[in-house]
Amino acid sequence: MSSPLALAGPLWEPFARNEFMRNALLASALVAVICAIAGTYVVLRGLSFIGDALAHGVIPGMAVALLFGVPGVIGAAIGAAVMMGGVSLITSRVRLSADTAIGLLFVGMLSLGVIITSRSTTFVGDITRILFGELLGVDSADLAWQIAVLIVVGAIAVVAHRPFVLMSLDDGLARTSGFSVTFFHGLMLVMVAMAVVGSFQLVGTLLVLGLLVAPAATGALVTRRVSTMMLTASACGVLSSYVGLLTSYHFDVAAGASIVFTSVYLFIIVAILTIPRRMRGSSELPHQHEHAH
Amino acid sequence: MTSRSSSTATIDASHLDVGYGLHTVVRDISLMTAPGDLVALIGTNGSGKSTLLKTLAGILTPMHGTVSLLGGPPGRSPRRVAYLPQHPVSSHTLPLRARDVVAMGRYAHLGLFGRATSRDRSIVDDTMLRTGADGFAEKSLRELSGGQQQRTHLAQVLTRQAEVLLLDEPTAGLDIAGKSAIAEIIADERSRGVTVVLATHDLSDAASATTVMLLAQRVVAIGTPAEALRDEYLRECFGFTQPH
Repeated sequence: MSSPLALAGPLWEPFARNEFMRNALLASALVAVICAIAGTYVVLRGLSFIGDALAHGVIPGMAVALLFGVPGVIGAAIGAAVMMGGVSLITSRVRLSADTAIGLLFVGMLSLGVIITSRSTTFVGDITRILFGELLGVDSADLAWQIAVLIVVGAIAVVAHRPFVLMSLDDGLARTSGFSVTFFHGLMLVMVAMAVVGSFQLVGTLLVLGLLVAPAATGALVTRRVSTMMLTASACGVLSSYVGLLTSYHFDVAAGASIVFTSVYLFIIVAILTIPRRMRGSSELPHQHEHAH
Repeated sequence: MTSRSSSTATIDASHLDVGYGLHTVVRDISLMTAPGDLVALIGTNGSGKSTLLKTLAGILTPMHGTVSLLGGPPGRSPRRVAYLPQHPVSSHTLPLRARDVVAMGRYAHLGLFGRATSRDRSIVDDTMLRTGADGFAEKSLRELSGGQQQRTHLAQVLTRQAEVLLLDEPTAGLDIAGKSAIAEIIADERSRGVTVVLATHDLSDAASATTVMLLAQRVVAIGTPAEALRDEYLRECFGFTQPH
């Protein structure tokens, strides 16, 4: 009769036996925490679309970097900066709504990235690497980069938590509480851009939004405080990384996509499981025109 | 109105134009208030009430004329001026307890890093008690009814213990009892010397005001309730008159 340890073997042996799997797990766990911190504010402030645009904005920068043999991270950072600047410029100077400006730049940057990459002799390999990442090729330099990004993103969250939460309620509340909305909105975009740039090498630009939004959205379903939402999002992200990597190992499917799919699937399960609680909450609500004491 | 000394004025606006971007919404507003005054801004949607409040709060830049609050430009005294927006936008999705939302009113005093002291916590508790928000303090904002959310946001504004309150339709969505409770809170604040500027559709809110300003993308009338709430002004503002 097999011992429980032997039965559980498939759950831990891939990591015990393979250094690349341990590195992948560590890197994806770091990315999960980075994305949970930034993603919490993305969900609270409703910036999912701009997060997606930033993720695609890095593509031309990455493509140019690959073409000239420069580290992809530098190109991605420049691409994200151009995207953020472009959105700010269009929304402030042209009479267009932010979503139109973001949508235009989104497809503009994506198509530019594909055009630049198509000049490369290794077009298919390059575009696949940019769009879907290289989770199983993580080395110690990548891990050091993830840790540096985590420290910066964590520091921004600690410093700017109060204005970020106020802005999630209303920009006017933040402004009249003495915080510059222009500055802190910009800082939030920088934080999201850093999370994107820090994560895309692992899960790719196409899927990074999944890690930004899905764990944070799961956290929002089950918590009543921003801090616990962030912790729950981190836990969901790390769990998705573990389950996704195992799935990838045992079924020989794409690792990054498996992680993102797991995080979205986890959100769907939690959303279904919490329906009765939300229904109960709604039915218990007093009438809209509430009497004061 | 203008007989008061500008040196003691809590709000002093002269020939003020307010609007968004290049679009002027209301021109030539002059207003002077003293501690304990209640100014009721009355008008339909789009009449300029919220635009004026946002300008006084420092969210919008004055387009023309001069305006000062507590002797300084709008937006420069976050600890002394508090603003309640019309409908805080994403409150239904936020995982925040009512108590946390009210405590955010102290952020203007605490800044980025200040730790909340026992005094801050005591102010939060007292304000929640006064507004009746203590009954649902531990509930998530998204679990609250519209009226409860409104009281939570009002409690947040009061927690700042400001000298000027700028309230954009604080009684929206409340029934008569709810409105009466808010009126009591406003009266209580005024008795402590707080100046209140209240944007409202409701003429009954204006009864106890020191000054009523009727707006219809211009100042239709300004004065005491008896002076401003005259039939010809109301007809111009709303298209109807009050029942006598």
